[in-house]
Amino acid sequence: MRAAFPYTIPIFAGYWFLGLTYGILMNVSGFSFVWPMVMAAVIYSGSVEFVAVKVLLSSFHPLQAFVMAFMIGARHLFYGITMLDRFKHKGWKKPLLIYFMSDETFSVNYTAKIPKDVDEGWFMLWITLLDFLYWLTGATLGGIFGNLITFSTKGLDFVMTAMFVVIFVEQWLKDSSHVSAILGIVLSVISLLLFGSDHFVIPAMMLMLLVLLTLRPRLAKAADKESDVMSDHRDSKTHLSERKEDQA
Amino acid sequence: MTLTQQIITVVCMALAVMTTRFLPFALFQGRKTPKVIQYLGTVLPAAVFGLLVVYCLKNVDVTSGNHGLPELIAITATVLLHVWRRQMMLSIAGGTIIYMILVQTVFA
Repeated sequence: MRAAFPYTIPIFAGYWFLGLTYGILMNVSGFSFVWPMVMAAVIYSGSVEFVAVKVLLSSFHPLQAFVMAFMIGARHLFYGITMLDRFKHKGWKKPLLIYFMSDETFSVNYTAKIPKDVDEGWFMLWITLLDFLYWLTGATLGGIFGNLITFSTKGLDFVMTAMFVVIFVEQWLKDSSHVSAILGIVLSVISLLLFGSDHFVIPAMMLMLLVLLTLRPRLAKAADKESDVMSDHRDSKTHLSERKEDQA
Repeated sequence: MTLTQQIITVVCMALAVMTTRFLPFALFQGRKTPKVIQYLGTVLPAAVFGLLVVYCLKNVDVTSGNHGLPELIAITATVLLHVWRRQMMLSIAGGTIIYMILVQTVFA
């Protein structure tokens, strides 16, 4: 734990800020603190939970809610693919590492240089659990004390917009090709104009999949380069851990 | 929505996220990831985040009221702040505060 804790300090600040904001938003939207607390525990994905506030306040569309949460959470699929080898042979820790993986936890566990005398499984588990604890306490406290806030919270819901704008910009700065990012915006706006604000999400996602798969021959070249780098990286890591096991 | 409908919605969303977490381990453990999945893995995130930005703004009316000006200003500020300092929390907090000030004062 001592090795893991320092890595989680920036995440503590971020998670408390966002978690508190989320709890407060739920509170001012008329939900008891039990909602943000339980949702923090069972969903544990900030972006999905923020969207859930909006979804819970609109009309009942369980399938759309599922598809939406799946698409927003879809990046976990790729974290999972990346961590397949790292989570091998972690025994009872493995389901916990999978269940409580978040963007931040993934990026720390993936990139951190774990000291040689520290067990990899325990290190990753501590990062994972500490991050989760920060989020859970932030969301719960925000839910409990949200009504004590004396300043006007009008406009606070913009935090979700700001979050996605920042993630979008971050992705943009990372990608060499911006075709997919632009498609995401353009196709969503087209779908919004065609289907209206209550029903545009699923058609937009279908359109995106369709166009991205059609463009695959053109876009795959750039994508291949990136994923080759990734899988090379993974291969070398696998070899390393195999070597470690051999030595053990 | 009734309470039951809200609970069903939360359960649906929780199940969806849980599926995204466990599916790769159920499908690809010990096998090579199909090329098409790898491709989607590199191109889909950017598009989905674009969709989410639009989703957040879906109820902004550009034809009347403030014509989406507070949103436009706050988003521009968020982007500039982020390109400038590259600190996620700072950009999110800064953009939100600017927006709150705008809708509570200038565009109140």
